[in-house]
Amino acid sequence: MTATTTLPAIELKSVGKTFRVSGGILGKDRRVVAVDGVSFAVPPGGVLGVVGESGCGKSTLARLILGLLTPDSGDIAVEGQRIVDMDRKARARLIQPVFQDPFSSLNPLTRIRDIVAMPLQAQGSFSRAEIAKRVDEMLERVGLPGEMGNRLPAELSGGQRQRVAIARALVLRPRIVVCDEPTSALDVSVQAQILNLLAELRRDLGLTYLFISHNLAVVEHVASEVAVMYLGRIVEKKPTQALFHQPEHPYTKALLASVLTPEPGLGVPDVGLGDVMPDPANIPPGCRFHPRCPIAEPRCSTETPPLRPRPGGGVECLLVP
Amino acid sequence: MSALLDVERLEVGFGGRTSAVRGASLTVERGETHCLVGESGCGKSVTALAIMNLLARGGHRTAQRLTFQGEDLLKLDDRGMARLRGNAMAMIFQEPMTSLNPAYTIGSQMTEVMRRHKKVSQRVAIDRAADLLGQVGITAPGLRLGQFPHQLSGGLRQRVMIAMALMCEPQLLIADEPTTALDVTVQAQILRLLAQLQRDLGLGLLLITHDLGIVARIAHRVSVMYAGEVVESAATAQLFADPKHPYTQGLLRCVPVPGKQRQDEPLGSIPGTVPRIGPGFEGCGFRDRCTFADATCAHTVPHQTAAPGHDYLCRLAP
Repeated sequence: MTATTTLPAIELKSVGKTFRVSGGILGKDRRVVAVDGVSFAVPPGGVLGVVGESGCGKSTLARLILGLLTPDSGDIAVEGQRIVDMDRKARARLIQPVFQDPFSSLNPLTRIRDIVAMPLQAQGSFSRAEIAKRVDEMLERVGLPGEMGNRLPAELSGGQRQRVAIARALVLRPRIVVCDEPTSALDVSVQAQILNLLAELRRDLGLTYLFISHNLAVVEHVASEVAVMYLGRIVEKKPTQALFHQPEHPYTKALLASVLTPEPGLGVPDVGLGDVMPDPANIPPGCRFHPRCPIAEPRCSTETPPLRPRPGGGVECLLVP
Repeated sequence: MSALLDVERLEVGFGGRTSAVRGASLTVERGETHCLVGESGCGKSVTALAIMNLLARGGHRTAQRLTFQGEDLLKLDDRGMARLRGNAMAMIFQEPMTSLNPAYTIGSQMTEVMRRHKKVSQRVAIDRAADLLGQVGITAPGLRLGQFPHQLSGGLRQRVMIAMALMCEPQLLIADEPTTALDVTVQAQILRLLAQLQRDLGLGLLLITHDLGIVARIAHRVSVMYAGEVVESAATAQLFADPKHPYTQGLLRCVPVPGKQRQDEPLGSIPGTVPRIGPGFEGCGFRDRCTFADATCAHTVPHQTAAPGHDYLCRLAP
């Protein structure tokens, strides 16, 4: 075996990102806190699942790690290198994205082969023969028949398009892949195919994933650790088994309760979150989850919950010991 | 008394090349939630649109029977259908952003339906709209009525769509993937609301989804659709306890269940995708993806009954 590095594949230290949103001609500008003091490390070959609702900052987190956004505070390192210091080509060889919607993330006028070849061409150091060979290998690897390469995205089903997006992400043989809701736009049956493919590729190629989803049930199958995000903060993070078997944060419990398993007779659960939606432009004082928390106490609206450490992570709630 | 909605051997074709629905039959009783489940492209949305006579240009429907409250929908002209739609039969679509008009307030869109169908004043319509927004769990209905769709979150917009569909006290509500675009937490809230309204108002609800997790929790009866046919139909508990069609079995294996999976085992999946089928197709539409398929599946597919009210289309013995 070659010497393995002990550096984390991805490491975040107190990362923050705030956006300024125009309030219009008369309104005041609003500050939207997307990511607020997030720290974690993903070991090489690990899969961190990040779960939360729309607006919790999980996509901003993905863009920060990919180097598409610059953090306002804190540091992001990928394999020990600060992502903001790397040039684009080097970054592309190391870390690649797979996005949610395979209908809008593929250029409709470009043939599948050319879509997959793009990252290789952008490097400028591969011969045409080598590009063709790698593209063929990659299409086969993700389960697309070779003749598919000459088609346009519109001729493919949603699942096939997501396979193209995965092929494009892996063709440069990156070490880390950031998957942002890769199956949310797909049917359940196709979702299972894509999750299995991602799991298989990770094992065979030794990849590290950051895997983002709003559905805890989806994350369980691929992730080794899970972080639950709420309004820009990670409120609970644990190894996957521990999170599913001993969820502690009331928000994690609500997310778990909202998974509809195919068990007739149970009815639709009352998740107990009310109809107040979280607003990242207006973060509540104290525990930011308290307006929706079914077990909140008066002190939750004034005191900031401390991080209570747990093996492989921790939980931020005033009401857990 | 006849069923609220009775569809028998519905066929929908597009320009003589694609058969989107091939002889599908289903009924919705008063006070019943019937789920129509299947993958993208199986014909479930087209079935709903054909019932409402809202097929896109080039679409053509025929059926042996298509009745609503005993009235023959096939004989109704456009005006006759327009009298029913949004009135006694209403529909909710998947994407609440594209089905609400961005240029009009919630209030004006909600009252329009009622003022068109019932002879009521704007005052009465506004009161009803505010009352319904309250019923679907929206706080401060008065404020929401004056707002535009973009000022609402996805979950709130879907609640508005539901309230709007209820304006004229429909007997039948058709909901096409009403929660697919939403977060799981909001999905649970919306489905809970639909189930409660269905029960309280005695609605017939035809719910279209691709997720058997949703079906299990909300349906009284299920029809599984594949390649334009209803391949299996049964009462919910019966279908989940004893699925007969290989496609139904495959769909069930695909639903991830927290705490019940092993990391090293692949999730159940159905390889391949729904085929496009043209007129003159013979045999079982699922045979290319089916592990039990043999040569006979290319010819006739028997219609079998596993138990009273549990029918399926497959050669496999019950």
